[in-house]
Amino acid sequence: MKLTGSAIICEALIKEGVDTVFGLPGGAILPFYQTLSKYPQIRHILVRHEQGAVMAADGYARATGKVGVCISTSGPGATNMVTGLSVAMMDSVPIVAITGQVARSAIGTDAFQETDVTGVTLPVTKHNYLVMNAADLPRILKEAFFVAKSGKPGPVLIDIPKDVQSELANFNYPEMVDLPSQTPVLEGNDSDIRKAIKMIEKSDRPLILAGHGIILSKAYEELKQFAENSQIPVVTTLLGLSAMRSDHVLNLGLPGMHGSAFANMAIDDADLIIAIGMRFDDRVTGNLKTFATKAKIIHIDIDPSEIGKNILPEIAIIGDAGAVLRQLLELNLKKTHPKWIQKIDQLRKTHPFSYPNTNRLLPQFIVEEISRITKGQSIVVTGVGQHQMWAAQLYEFKENNLWISSGGVGAMGFEVPAALGAQIGRPEKVVWAIAGDGGFQMTLTELATMVEAKAPVKIALINNFSLGMVRQWQELFYEKDYFATLYSGNPDWVKLAEAYGITGLKVTKKDEVEIAIKLAMDTPGPALVDFQVDQEENVYPFIPPGGGVKEIQLYPAEKVVNDVSS
Amino acid sequence: MSAHEEQTVVALVYDRPGVLNRIVSMIRRRGYNITSLAVGHSETPALSRMCLVVEGDAQTIEQICKQLRKLVDVVHVNDLSNENIVQRELALIRVNSTSSTRNEIIQIANVFRAKIVDIGQQSIIIEITGNEDKVESFFLLMKSYGVLEIIRSGRLAMLRDTESQKIIRRKKSEEKRKTEEGAEKEGLVNPSFSAPS
Repeated sequence: MKLTGSAIICEALIKEGVDTVFGLPGGAILPFYQTLSKYPQIRHILVRHEQGAVMAADGYARATGKVGVCISTSGPGATNMVTGLSVAMMDSVPIVAITGQVARSAIGTDAFQETDVTGVTLPVTKHNYLVMNAADLPRILKEAFFVAKSGKPGPVLIDIPKDVQSELANFNYPEMVDLPSQTPVLEGNDSDIRKAIKMIEKSDRPLILAGHGIILSKAYEELKQFAENSQIPVVTTLLGLSAMRSDHVLNLGLPGMHGSAFANMAIDDADLIIAIGMRFDDRVTGNLKTFATKAKIIHIDIDPSEIGKNILPEIAIIGDAGAVLRQLLELNLKKTHPKWIQKIDQLRKTHPFSYPNTNRLLPQFIVEEISRITKGQSIVVTGVGQHQMWAAQLYEFKENNLWISSGGVGAMGFEVPAALGAQIGRPEKVVWAIAGDGGFQMTLTELATMVEAKAPVKIALINNFSLGMVRQWQELFYEKDYFATLYSGNPDWVKLAEAYGITGLKVTKKDEVEIAIKLAMDTPGPALVDFQVDQEENVYPFIPPGGGVKEIQLYPAEKVVNDVSS
Repeated sequence: MSAHEEQTVVALVYDRPGVLNRIVSMIRRRGYNITSLAVGHSETPALSRMCLVVEGDAQTIEQICKQLRKLVDVVHVNDLSNENIVQRELALIRVNSTSSTRNEIIQIANVFRAKIVDIGQQSIIIEITGNEDKVESFFLLMKSYGVLEIIRSGRLAMLRDTESQKIIRRKKSEEKRKTEEGAEKEGLVNPSFSAPS
């Protein structure tokens, strides 16, 4: 029996196990939407802006490990998704984006709402398709889901002209794909694995740098086992946070620009770095010339092009993080480095994250309170900036895969839609969106979506009436010329929350923090807490861009002293 | 190897709309420079073969090849930079010619084994094939007569006979093994890559 292109897409989504999609309709995607309405098994979440659709699909994908699906119409609908697609591309998140396109006969005529979407999204997708025949849809859908998940995951976009959505074709969903370039090597090369073990055996000060690859591969247990067996401390990149419990004795947490001094010092001191599923991003390494100068490098990654891109390793193992860790574990290397562990414990004691014990309302305290009250078990979704760094530094993850943040692209406004997606994907979890007042105002339109979708996300608005991180750079590098970073027109957030019919709370004092967090969590629906914090609070430690561990700026001692007296 | 040496990469790709765009876009986005690019049908229907000449050192070429291999439409990538290859370029050159210079030009063309493909009142079109140096030298010689127009195909390259290639590879790997053994004795470890070629 022949089906319309639209019905083929719906059938394919079901075959791929998709039960939730995020989107916003428009003229060129309407045939598909009017077919989707006949498929109640696919839940459609109606967003308010297409950026929300792709970011919600992103949060959903990260929280569940499934492919996120988002839908928009042609032209502006599709271009609104570009930022979200670039986030998913840089952070390796599997997404399939379906966009409507003008009818085939109108392509190339500058028709109404026509944009060259495959052209625009070429550099921000892993692959994209313009479907010119409905008969190609089954193969293309199958390939799109395969490419999105395979190897290093990423977004795939399918642009479908309106008349292709109505065209009749046979639906035979293929079992397999024929894509030789997309079939990654999962197991590491045996001789390289043995060489790596030899190198680890010889090392006195080994260190694991664990990235997003651990989470994408769900290799939590393997990482923990391997670190414990050979007593190797673990540093987790921004997107590797919660790959290992924060309270594990070997976990040193976040390195890099705003990482802990002890994590950065450990990298500087190490004689061997085992990098797993991470790509030596500049926010981790700073100046490559001064990064880990004493260390040999073993780089494990599923993407061959990451090897030697920023750092040339002594040993490279191409493979899936989990598979390679299992291979390493098979060789059963038991080791201890008491001196190294002692040294790291010492560094941890002498250079902890610090901020003043003060009566002023500081963002660091708020994050620590959320961490304590949620017992380190809530999903934490952040935007980008100061609040993101404080959350990354101070939330104590007691389970795996609890952290969702825009890392590579650093897209402000990610928090609200991504938290919405995460909550829909994991309805049993408490989801906290930690937001800044800058980014929050970029995507707060999705509060309406939260209400409609009954997604009880809790939002902690770290409100410093400014673009805090930019202001911090102006303070430190531009002689406090606070140009275009201070917000004087923020609305009354409690009233705004109430206008959406959700609980709104305002906190200005330290002793109100705990009760506000608990109240928000006791609310059945979404809740927004406006934490009005100190505007001039900075994120420390701070390694200025392009710097190294020697340039690290710690929390200024005089500020700590002044505060004790206040 | 100098930083701006030209390297040859040959890729087998699906003959689909937008493939050239994907490849060129990737190279542009990552800041690499293409010196020449030639594309045409391959011996297999639905597949095209393209020859890219790019500027860069060994590490750059390795990155380009790895990035190319990630593209869905790319079937196979061969880095010919250090291989024994036949490389050719074809150029058509329109040279100013009068009755007094015509014979001289034809004589030079003959020495270069170039072909005269069109003779007109004021100009001659010459077809020349060879490596880029040969084309370049011929072009420079013709300049004194006045080159009105030149169009070049870009480099085309092909590995020499596979049997002779095997011998070369074997020799190379023996040399590599020797240096590695030497290095291991000194306690050094060589970079080792397990990327599929």
